[in-house]
Order: sequence, then structure tokens, then C-alpha cells
Amino acid sequence: MNYMPGTASLIEDIDKKHLVLLRDGRTLIGFLRSIDQFANLVLHQTVERIHVGKKYGDIPRGIFIVRGENVVLLGEIDLEKESETVLQQVSIEEILEEQRSQQQAKQEAEKAKTQALKDRGLSIPRVDMLDEY
Amino acid sequence: MFWLLFYSFFKSLVGKDVVVELKNDLSICGTLHSVDQYLNIKLTDISVTDPEKYPHMLSVKNCFIRGSVVRYVQLPADEVDTQLLQDAARKEAMQQKQ
Repeated sequence: MNYMPGTASLIEDIDKKHLVLLRDGRTLIGFLRSIDQFANLVLHQTVERIHVGKKYGDIPRGIFIVRGENVVLLGEIDLEKESETVLQQVSIEEILEEQRSQQQAKQEAEKAKTQALKDRGLSIPRVDMLDEY
Repeated sequence: MFWLLFYSFFKSLVGKDVVVELKNDLSICGTLHSVDQYLNIKLTDISVTDPEKYPHMLSVKNCFIRGSVVRYVQLPADEVDTQLLQDAARKEAMQQKQ
């Protein structure tokens, strides 16, 4: 990322509200305050948004420094589109509860799958997602 | 400086519609706005192609995708001159040998 025209620079995104998807699956929303060549980010007034189905909950997190290798994508939030959202905001306790049940259901499905594979003498190795620069 | 071949290749595709498939299995369709030496990609007017199991992207129109998380970039065949690409790759390989 540099200051040459036509390159994918984040410099114009500074001070705008962004959604950041992290490699661990988390979603952060905050104002982008600082960047560098590794896509390390400083987010201000950050909120961690948890989505379960059509519901979501926001946990205030303050200032975040995100190491670039953990960033999947950075999306500029269109404030107009945000106001016409079909998603329903719920309390933190409720969304955490929903998330817990969702994780549980996923784990059970995963367990059943690996067992079925094991019964057939197969296994799927986990993908390693290290940075490759 | 990295291999500039694909950087130049993507620069020639700016303005075209592409689908970027990420390593986390998310697929995003959009117009290629810009690319850099790390093959970070900026897309405009995005839409999540697969059934929207990813509702959080609804209020996002433009996004920046870190090059390291891209698995594939899907391009319409008629936008790519494979002969040119092959020649460029061959030239790059020759240069690297020396």
C-alpha cells in the first residue's frame, strides 16, 4: 500500500466507519484511524458485532489495534444502507445465548461428520492459515 | 519488489466485474477498483454471491480485501488474453533465470 494512484490504498478510508472481518470469524465495526503497509489497523469506537440468523448484538470494545495478518476484509459501511437493515438488534446476553446454541449445534454436526468419515476410514486434515509473505 | 506480472495483469482488469473467492469460503462479486503489489484488492458495488449466510455485508458497498486471504479471482474468459499472459510469464521466467 503506497501513495501511488490506482493502487489499493486504504488512505481514503481513514476516518470512515468500517466493518472488519477477522480470520477467526469475528466482525468488528469502527472508525478507521490509522493504517500501514501490512494492513495493520487502528479502529476507534469499535464494536464487536455478533450475528446469529437475523439477529445481531453489539459489544462495545473501544480502541482496537488489529494486526494485518488477521484481516480478511475491510468494508466501508454505507450509512444509508445501514439504516435500512432488515436485521434485528438484540441485547448482548441474548445474542451470546443464541451464539452458544449455534456453536453447540455446529459442534454436534461436525462430530457426526468426522465420525461418519472415520467409519469409512477417511479424515479431513485442517487447513493451516499462516501468513505467507 | 515482488513479481509484477500479476500486479500488471490485475491492473489491466480494473473496471471489470470479478468474483473473489476467499480462503474462508466467502465469495464476493464486485467491480475491480484497484490492486497493489501485495495483490490486495479493492472492489466496488459488491454483493455476496453465495446464499447470503453472511448477513453482515448488507450495508457494505465497497471493500478492501487483503491479498493473503484470496483463494481465487474468477474472471470472465473474454476479458483475458491467455496468449499474452503466457508470453509475459515466459519472459518473466527467462529474466528470473538470469
